[in-house]
Parts: sequence; C-alpha cells; structure tokens
Amino acid sequence: MSDAARVDTPEQAAFREHCRSWLAANHPGEPPVRLPQSAIEIMNSDQMDFLQAWQKSAYDAGLVGCDYPKFCGGGGHTDFQRIANEEMIRAKTPILPNVIGLGMAAPTILNHASDELKAELLPRLLSGEDIWCQGFSEPGAGSDLASVQTFAEPTEDGKWVINGHKVWTSLAHFASWMIILVRTDKSHKYDGLSYFVVPIKSALGKGVTVRPLIKMTGELGFNEVLFDNLVIDDRMRLDELGKGWQVAMTTLLFERGAGNLDTPRAGGMTSKASFTTSVGAVVKLAKETMRGGKPVSDDPVMRDKIMQELVKEEGFIHTSRRARVPALTDHPMRIPLQGKLQVSEMHQRTANLAMEVGGAKGSLYLGDEAALEGGQWTLGYMNSFGFTIAAGTSEVQRNILGERVLGLPKSK
Amino acid sequence: MAQPKNFGYDDDAAALKSQAEKFFNDRLPVDQLHALVAHDSTPDRAPVVDWKPEIWAEMVELGWSILTVPEDKGGLGLPLVAVAGLIEAQGKSACPSPLLETLNVGLVLSHCDQADAGFEAILEGKSAALAFADQDGSYEPSSTQVAEMGGKLNGTAYFVQEAGKVDALLVAAKSAEGIAWYWVDKVGAGVGIKQDAIIDLTRDQATVTFTDAEAVCLGSDACKAFNAAQPAILALLAADVVGSGEWLLHTTVEYVSVRKQFDRPLGFFQGVKHPLVNVMLAIDETKSLAYNAACAYDCGEPNTQKAGHVAKASAAETADFSASRAVQMHGGIGFTWECYVHLYFKRQMHSKALYGDAVWHRAKLADIVFGPVAA
Repeated sequence: MSDAARVDTPEQAAFREHCRSWLAANHPGEPPVRLPQSAIEIMNSDQMDFLQAWQKSAYDAGLVGCDYPKFCGGGGHTDFQRIANEEMIRAKTPILPNVIGLGMAAPTILNHASDELKAELLPRLLSGEDIWCQGFSEPGAGSDLASVQTFAEPTEDGKWVINGHKVWTSLAHFASWMIILVRTDKSHKYDGLSYFVVPIKSALGKGVTVRPLIKMTGELGFNEVLFDNLVIDDRMRLDELGKGWQVAMTTLLFERGAGNLDTPRAGGMTSKASFTTSVGAVVKLAKETMRGGKPVSDDPVMRDKIMQELVKEEGFIHTSRRARVPALTDHPMRIPLQGKLQVSEMHQRTANLAMEVGGAKGSLYLGDEAALEGGQWTLGYMNSFGFTIAAGTSEVQRNILGERVLGLPKSK
Repeated sequence: MAQPKNFGYDDDAAALKSQAEKFFNDRLPVDQLHALVAHDSTPDRAPVVDWKPEIWAEMVELGWSILTVPEDKGGLGLPLVAVAGLIEAQGKSACPSPLLETLNVGLVLSHCDQADAGFEAILEGKSAALAFADQDGSYEPSSTQVAEMGGKLNGTAYFVQEAGKVDALLVAAKSAEGIAWYWVDKVGAGVGIKQDAIIDLTRDQATVTFTDAEAVCLGSDACKAFNAAQPAILALLAADVVGSGEWLLHTTVEYVSVRKQFDRPLGFFQGVKHPLVNVMLAIDETKSLAYNAACAYDCGEPNTQKAGHVAKASAAETADFSASRAVQMHGGIGFTWECYVHLYFKRQMHSKALYGDAVWHRAKLADIVFGPVAA
C-alpha cells in the first residue's frame, strides 16, 4: 500500500521526514562486493563487514529498534519501525544483516528475559555489532521440533552443561550469540525443554564447533553447530524450567511474521540494483525477452500465466492490509498465520515464472554474462526453497492454519 | 482520493452485515432453502422460479434495494464496501432474491445521463435486472442483439439474471445514435421471458425477447456507463462468492471434524486438512480483492478497472475451488441430492462464469498491464 494510503500522526510524519533526509544523505551507495539476496546467504566477511557497518549507521540514526524501550537500546517509540522500514525500502538500501537477531531473538528476549539481560544484550543486537543465530533444528528434529535431543544438564554449582548437535543454523559462522532450544528432561517431550541465550563466538574451540554447510546454490550461509560440554550460567535461561516450548513459540510467531511488533527491515538494493522478486519485474522481463521474433508478452498463454500470478500478488498485498481491519476477519490469527506461507510460496512461483519467461536463458547461472538479471532469478528460485522449508515447512504451516484457525483435529 | 486503511469499512458497514446475517439466518435457514428450491430433482425438469417474494418485500422495506441509488437521487449514499458486506451475507445464505441485480442496475444508472425515471422506480420498491448479453454470453453492451427504433425495442437479450423475479429490465440496445440503456416494464406488451434451465437452484436466468416493446431511454452511452459501473458489479459478485465460499468451507470443516474413518476424524489427515486450508487462503484472497475493488470504486481511484478485473479473476477460481473441495471432502454423502452442499456448489459454478470468467478477466488485465497484442 502506498504511504498516501496511511495517515501518519504528527510525530510519525516528523520521524518519516527524519528518515528520508537521513537516508538521502547517508545511503551507503554501491557496495564494493556482490551482495546476497538475503542475510541468510551472507558468505564472507567482505559482505558482512559492509552490511554490519550499514546496520550500525542506521541504528545510530534511530532507524533500527525504534519501537524497543530506551533501556534496551531502542528509541522508546510506538509504531515508528514500520515507517523506518517503509523509508529504507523506498530508498533501496542494503539489507540488515542481523535478521535472526532482529526478527526472532530480540522479540523473544523482550518478552521473556530479565531486565538485566535485556539491557545487556539488546543494544548490541539492535546495532548489529553482535550477530545472532538460532539453534532450533537438529538432524533428528526438523518439522517435529519438540523432539530436540541437545541436552542441558544442571551442575552442582547451579550452572548448565550443554551437549548436542544443531543444524541448518544460518549465520552461525558470524554469530556472537545463539538462541537455543534444549532438552532438560528426557521423560517429557513438550514439557522437558528449556530455552537459553548462549555466547558462541567466545566459546569457539572451547565447547563450540561451527562447521559450514554448502547450499544447493553453491552459497554458504548455514552451518552445523556442535556443543561439547559447553558450560553456561543459569541467568541465560529464558524459561521457567521446562517451559522452553512456550518461549520457542514466541520466537516462531515472530519468525513467521505473526508477532505484534514490526521487525526492523531494509532492502531493495542488491548487487543488481533493479532486481526485486515481484510480478512487476516478471512483466518487465516478458516485454524485453524475445521468442520467435516477438516479445514473450505477446504470447497469450504467457500473458495468462503472468496475470494469474499478478492476481495472487495483489491478493497478498490486500490481505496484509485487511489484517489490520478486525471487522473484516473472523479470527484474529487467520491472516497473520498465513504470512510466511504465502510470501515464501509466492516468491517461489514468481521466480520460477521468470525462469519460464526467460526460456533457454532461464537456466543460465551467475557465471554467465547472458543470464537473466545476472542469474539472480535462477539463484532466487533455488534460494526460495530455503524459505518454504525453514521456520516450519509449508506443510507444517498448513497444519497450523488448519488446527489453530479452522479448528481441525491435530495431526500429532 | 487515497484509499483509507480500513477499506472504508466502518461501524455502519459492520452493523449492516451483521443485521443481514441475522435476517437471512432467521428467514431462510439452509434446510428451508433446500425445501424451497430442491423439491424436484428431475434432471431435465422444466425451469421454475423458486423464491419467497415476502422475504424480498422485507428486504425492500429494510432499504437494501436502494443502496446503490446515489444520495442526491434519494438513495442512502452508503459506500460500496458496506454494500459488499450485505452481498457477502446474502452469498452465505444463498437466499434467492433480485437484490444483486437491482443493485447492479442502480450502479449502471449512476453513470447514465438521464436516469431519474429508473431511480424513481427503484425507490418505489421495484426490482430490476440488466439485459445486454448476446447469445454467446458476451457480457458487453457493445454486442447486444437488441435494437431500438422509435421508442420500441426488438431483438433478444440472453443470460438475463433473475429475470423471473424482477419488475423491470435495463436493456442495452443499438439505436441510430449509438448503443443506449432503455428501461422496460417486464410485464408490458412485447416482452417474452423464456426461463433458462440453469444448474443453480438459488438463482434464475432467462432469455428475453422484445417485440415492439415500449422503452424509455435512460442513458445515451451504454458502453461508457457499463464500463464505469463494471468494477463495482464485479466487486459485489466477488463478495457473493466469498460468502458462499465461507459457507462451503465451514460446513466442510464441521463434517470432517465429525466423520470418522480409520478411527480418526477425517480432518486429522493432511490429505484433507491441507486442501481445506488452501480453500481458506483462496477465500481470503478473493475477500481482500473484493473489498479492495469496492474501496477503489468508492474512492474513484484511477486503477479501479484493474481492481475489478483482479477481483473477479480471483473470485472465479475461488468459486470453483471452494465448490469442488466441499463435495470431494464430504465423500459419498456430498454427491447426493439430500446433502445441502450441492446448492452452494451450483451457485458457485454459476458465479464462476457470470459477468466473465477468470481467463476473460485475466485477458483484460493483460491488456491493461502489457497493452493489447499487436496485430
């Protein structure tokens, strides 16, 4: 929706003006390296250094963490982050690299940690100086997350010793901290879990090992993390003992975009500044791509396929808008719980459609000069599976919607 | 004018919808609907018009039939998003009535240059329907097969909705000056109604033949008036599809939560659960697009035409999908005449093609987005 469609309060209008003028003067400009499509594909320290410097400068200008309390390093405002996000995306800035921290760890810490821990951890999280990662999935615990086996055992002096194996851990190779779901009681599945924040960078080689995994795209970005007798303080535990599952649910709520706080979000700029995964970009591609001497956009079948996707995209945009109108929904979670499923599947279909529009060029990759948008569509299509699988697969999302919104019997 | 955050759907709109839901629940619950319209299962029976004129009389009394008459012409001046809520409620009840068509006529008249006589008739409680499609089902006034000369109409209008219920017809006809809209009294001389045998038991449709029928011109440029009203007509039809879709979804959810096989309720199985979630997602898409199109129309947005086509393109798919999944998930019982699901299945299949199917609307959209294909 356009900004004109919303009505800012005088405070919000002034803040929007601040964002605009600051971004006009402080946009970091063309990056020195090829930037990834999202933060979970950051491969090397050149990319990370550039993006961390950008997040720090945006934080210092008050554009990141606006809605967090001041004692947590935030701006202490209400409903300012949405405005900062709109302006950063309008200005086509780089992405914020600390996505797991901003989108999952921070709201969980805000909702469950002691004030002392909030004041200690959140400022450096919001500024991006501390990168965070999420230790949920394990080799034997994917969709069935509550079957995690990484174990935390209490010591006699009131600490905990962690042993186990986490996997698919995005950003662990850069992370200073991890949010982690562990088992503290083997006799109860859901009631035997606890939730900690653990320092990992400072423990590398001393109880923590991070090993990179290579994705199907050839990119790095996620890892396996091994814990071997890592000792950690009890004050790093966020749950009432055995109630870690409830804390994890807070994380997942925000991870799926259904939380009650706007996550700081920027972007629009990649190494190819014109590239976005949108139907508008496919429309442009179809006009520019020739087949049999005519533009693809003259082919009636391709026109229909692209319009099918346009209808879906418009539907998503206006459903997101309807989420804020309680009188037009019959269940408060009906729209919020659709967000992650819809966005991830929409991007997947859109990127696939672009490859189809590209025809023979659709399968050219990053190393080929003739590739579509430098190979970004092809990369984007493959990367889209990260999003339909991570944070609860599309199949798990449909279970959740069926059970929590429609009230169907539980599949577990 | 920028679109308001809440689609302009205010407390009055919500109150109207809730009043309408109560009204339809009370006047025609689904068992009574079934008794009213499904009393004869003979496949090749002669078409009949099953409805309760006394329910319609109450609807007129409540002021619902004049909701699209402009305020300065004596109407209520309610925004279209509020009317969409009412139509969503009617779609959920599947109550047979000439409401949607009468509202459509009000919308077209709102863009006509000499429409006062039509508004007066609607304000008096008369119902009306649009008559303009040709024998191939083209819902465009430009292809009308009716002609006017000397104030008399001759020719045939096809696929006329609720013709068996309404008092009057707004007919697109070719005249010496171009294609115009004409008001015709349905019971007047020279108007022949042949009911079509449609599958939808909750609506009626007819082929209407005019033989020197008396007509009054209400709008001199039929295509212009229809194009201006079309996004609103499509938004309301999409809202009807949403209402019927919600009935199908919730009825099916109730059934699969009770019916057991393999010692489990059917809804436990992901092969049942996931398609029903997909139906919910489809309904939500159409609902958002219906209210967006209504809001765009209320605000006079430049992209209103596009919003109308997007809404009906989505509605046509949702109508089909919600209908087919409801029958399939009901299993054997869903395939019977006694199960109420077929009433809504058939209503959705009728709505799917009405005023243009998904492929037609996507072709219109492509012309807006890409421009027409060069010859």
